[in-house]
Amino acid sequence: MLKTIVHTAAILVLNVLLTGNVQAVLTIKITRGVEGALPVAVVPFGWEGGNGSPPADIADIIAGDLRRTGRFAPVPGSDLPARPHDGAQVDFHDWRRLGTENLVVGKVEDRGTGRYQVQFQLFDVFKGLQLSGYSIPTDRAGLRRTAHQISDIIYEKLTGERGAFATRIAYVTESVGADGDKRYALEVADSDGFGPRSVLESTQPILSPAWSPDGGKLAYVSFETNRPAIYVQDLAAGEREQLAGFRGINGAPAWSPDGKRLAFTSSKEGNPEVYVLDLQSRKLERLTHNAAIDTEPAWSPDGRSLVFTSDRGGRPQIYRIPDTGGKAQRLTFEGTYNARASFSPDGSRLTLVHGSRGDYRIAVLDLENNALTVLSDAKLDESPSFAPNGSMIIYATSGEQGAALAAVSVDGRVHQRLSLQKGRVREPAWSPFVD
Amino acid sequence: MSIRFWMILPALFLLALSGCETVPPKEEAPDEVAVEDQGANAAAEEARARALEAERGFRGNPLDDPASPLAKRIVYFDFDSAEVVNGYRPVIEAHAAYLSDHPGASITLEGHADERGSREYNLGLGERRGQSIERMLVLLGATDRQVQTVSYGEEKPAADGHGESVWELNRRVEITYQER
Repeated sequence: MLKTIVHTAAILVLNVLLTGNVQAVLTIKITRGVEGALPVAVVPFGWEGGNGSPPADIADIIAGDLRRTGRFAPVPGSDLPARPHDGAQVDFHDWRRLGTENLVVGKVEDRGTGRYQVQFQLFDVFKGLQLSGYSIPTDRAGLRRTAHQISDIIYEKLTGERGAFATRIAYVTESVGADGDKRYALEVADSDGFGPRSVLESTQPILSPAWSPDGGKLAYVSFETNRPAIYVQDLAAGEREQLAGFRGINGAPAWSPDGKRLAFTSSKEGNPEVYVLDLQSRKLERLTHNAAIDTEPAWSPDGRSLVFTSDRGGRPQIYRIPDTGGKAQRLTFEGTYNARASFSPDGSRLTLVHGSRGDYRIAVLDLENNALTVLSDAKLDESPSFAPNGSMIIYATSGEQGAALAAVSVDGRVHQRLSLQKGRVREPAWSPFVD
Repeated sequence: MSIRFWMILPALFLLALSGCETVPPKEEAPDEVAVEDQGANAAAEEARARALEAERGFRGNPLDDPASPLAKRIVYFDFDSAEVVNGYRPVIEAHAAYLSDHPGASITLEGHADERGSREYNLGLGERRGQSIERMLVLLGATDRQVQTVSYGEEKPAADGHGESVWELNRRVEITYQER
């Protein structure tokens, strides 16, 4: 028998401003899109900056954002009939012949000392009408973010739904080091997978990252002390604090929508129960009282109730309880296993892990009519998280193709796979909107 | 399953079983007849092992005796269950007796789950598995101070891959001696 050796964990706490781990870039592929995606022409942006080329290809970033939704089909560069950079140069006849309803043109101006001005215009080609247009000041480090903000504006204009491109995702990677030992990292990247930064690197597992509502902090579970404890880390400063390190399990942190309270699971009184910690007064209140496993709390958007997983009925199912405690009401009845639920941003739905006939898939439960819709089709899907605009759900999937992230539109029509070239990735958490 | 291990513990004591199982339990709900059969086989095996040990006259710390049930440091579980399968009783009894005889000894029970389902629930399940054994050890003479349980959920699988042949190896509690 192999002797189990308890290693002392080596950890590295980082702030996201530092250049982190660049080899761990997520590649996003659309595995299923919408039939009849809407063509849109995004013309390469002009450059008014003298020498060289702009530090980021704005049009390429916008086209990529729109393409990944599965709802838009950006026109390939070689098919563009002209390359205008602003409205005055657009001849709508060219674009009507192409049959593309929407056209995006723009330019980047170098203002010197690292400052840039990005201008764009969105046109309805058939009406010959400008739908939107802005001139946005930014700096070198902010260029990609500006491009995502432009994508957000275009998306909202064309679909009526707020865009979520200028957001980030947090996730956990697992790789094998040169010494053969496992390495875990908590990473944060842009919503298109670009620019991953390690927030924490450890030789022990990390799980359950949760964004603070202002997007400035992450709460997570780390085993660096050889037992699960909850930490909260400020992303810009890199400072962190252990918030719960009680005897037993400390897990499943979840911020209240106002950011003032943190719900989590602790087994300090013998078995896993849900607690709520007031972050200012540090007052800790126990929310559940049951001999079963009560875990995975998630707040309703109004902050007045929480859902959680409990096997008090024999198998794991989702229950709802007021934030002040009291009677828990069972919400799921379909399937033998329902866990890790969280609310859609409008509070009308839950996304959860749904186990049925041995397969674990991502589902959405409509809280008004109790209809459960399964959205994913693999066997080992877990950890679903809504995009802040409620349009997509990102989750972890594993199987023959390895451990990757996947995303699915809430209507189930668009599927993406987000994978690393090397290593496993899991535990995704989509950031809130950051204004 | 709302019936917890400690609720059925007295019933377990009535089952005069011995022997130790080396194969993880199967996915099916434990069938008492089948377990008894396994127990009988294992008992015979163990008797042979004991005879062998007597012949050799093992000297030294019994923890180092490969023929002792103390050499078994992993207990396997059924899916979504923390119930100790009867075949493991002799292993747990041996560790309890050792801890009782060696008050300075201490162990960690590392509870684990297979990859199915959610990670945080599996943390709870791993802990519940550890606690099942912890309660049994304490009942059989170990002290609270000697035993601590830590759950790793599905974060540290013993075997990589997917499917029941892998999962059954991962639903486990590992007994690690901190002091002996």
